[in-house]
Amino acid sequence: MEVIARGAEAVVYADGDVVVKHRLPKRYRAPELDEHLRATRTRREARLLALAKRAGVPAPVVLDVDPEEKKLCMSRVRGEKLSRLVGGMEVPELREVFTTAGALAGRLHAKGIIHGDLTTANMLLSGVRVYFIDFGLGEVSTSHEAMGTDLLVFRKCVRSTHFQQEEVILDAFFSGYRSTFAGAERAIEKMHTIERRGRYFEDRG
Amino acid sequence: MVSAKEEQSMSREFLCLGIEGTAEKLGVGIVSAEGEILANLVRQMKVAEGIHPSEAAQHHATHLPALVRAGLERAGVEMKELSLIAFSRGPGLGPCLRVAAVAARALALKHNLPLLGVNHCVAHIEIGRLTTGAEDPLTVYVSGGNTQVTAFAQGRYRVLGETIDIALGNCIDQFARELELGMPGGPVVERLARRGRYLPLPYVVKGMDLSYSGLLTAAVRLAERERLEDVCFSLQETAFAMLVEVAERALVQAEKEEVLIAGGVGVNARLQQMLAGMCSEHGVRLHVPPGEVLGDNGAMIAWLGVLSYLSGERQRLEDTYVRQRWRTDEVAVRWR
Repeated sequence: MEVIARGAEAVVYADGDVVVKHRLPKRYRAPELDEHLRATRTRREARLLALAKRAGVPAPVVLDVDPEEKKLCMSRVRGEKLSRLVGGMEVPELREVFTTAGALAGRLHAKGIIHGDLTTANMLLSGVRVYFIDFGLGEVSTSHEAMGTDLLVFRKCVRSTHFQQEEVILDAFFSGYRSTFAGAERAIEKMHTIERRGRYFEDRG
Repeated sequence: MVSAKEEQSMSREFLCLGIEGTAEKLGVGIVSAEGEILANLVRQMKVAEGIHPSEAAQHHATHLPALVRAGLERAGVEMKELSLIAFSRGPGLGPCLRVAAVAARALALKHNLPLLGVNHCVAHIEIGRLTTGAEDPLTVYVSGGNTQVTAFAQGRYRVLGETIDIALGNCIDQFARELELGMPGGPVVERLARRGRYLPLPYVVKGMDLSYSGLLTAAVRLAERERLEDVCFSLQETAFAMLVEVAERALVQAEKEEVLIAGGVGVNARLQQMLAGMCSEHGVRLHVPPGEVLGDNGAMIAWLGVLSYLSGERQRLEDTYVRQRWRTDEVAVRWR
């Protein structure tokens, strides 16, 4: 098996069309906490991936889950992370891709699935399809607070890493989001509320 | 004997006096254009029950004149030898910020010196770079009022992760206050934690952002029925693990090769140990600035004043209003 990704949280091995995501122990944190985080996230990711697929959101197919070993076995998605692609994309392409991504986020929220780490590094472009991956920080919730937080994570990611294309990306994303989720306006309003009560929100006026 | 030529070059040296006053600490620092810290005096008000902004402001107003005089004396310079006055313009507590601003404006007007209001968070990053030699670090800035993970990219310190409610230091201080452990709470909790064992507490990371308010509430409740040492240990372990996880992910994303600690919570030995562990797993270097520039201080404000002024920043007096929630990523970093 070859290593295809080495993230902060896990190492991903691939063998043909199968990948194994292994959450490695972090020696810097208390062993009990480390054990709990890795087992919970492995289990949670498996569950949310299955739910996402059922909601019509392209995502890897879960083949096996082993919370003891902190290993998740999935189908391999051959694609590139959007975080690595946006820099080289023109406006029309950005619009298309992020309208799709927004529409998928809307489908998740419509089914009460919170991704938890909605960033461009967790979206893969494969052909014209956008896949969502890395659901380990997610949860099942129908609260607008959870949805608003999910949206804020995305917005902040765009603000800190894709600042030159911020406007196009966000416009497209939210228009896609509104197209698939009836509760979009309330979730977006909640995102603004959460941001405003934050430590560093400054009214520009 | 000092020759006439030397005297002339000495009198031409660019010196900035910086006033820090964003929270309960009042600082005066004097730094040269070469980055030599000639004075760095900090006066901390006694806080028994947390910071009352107006009381802190009163403290600053009372002690600032003497602290400025003491700073000049320590540096061995006179007001007329200064080239610039800088002050902490934000983010911070409004009443405190306004005292520092009013004092800085008065000094600048009286002595006919240029004046710059600078960003407190960026000042922490820059004094860390100056004193440790870190070049392009991921900065983990944790204090009583702030919690941010930042990295430089294209002219700004980009905020990769931050607290969405209260600061890490605030979480620990408030916990200590609720349990009447004395203030500041950080060192007390750190000491008690050494004899504790782990109990589960809410671990809340949202993307790369952190939330500490739920952890605070849960820790206070847990302390009603569990050993204090265990709760302190678990509070620290949980709060720090959240921060280090976000720092780790930010490090991988930003592809930096150094990590810099900033802010008063950075003195915590367990936090340093955890960050060092994370850094060694990634083969990157951890920089820890000396204690006197880790917490809030005047030298960092003076140094950022120097950097900003010499890279062309100018402010008219009427533009030096304070900014309580000034974002780190709104500052144009012209000196890098």
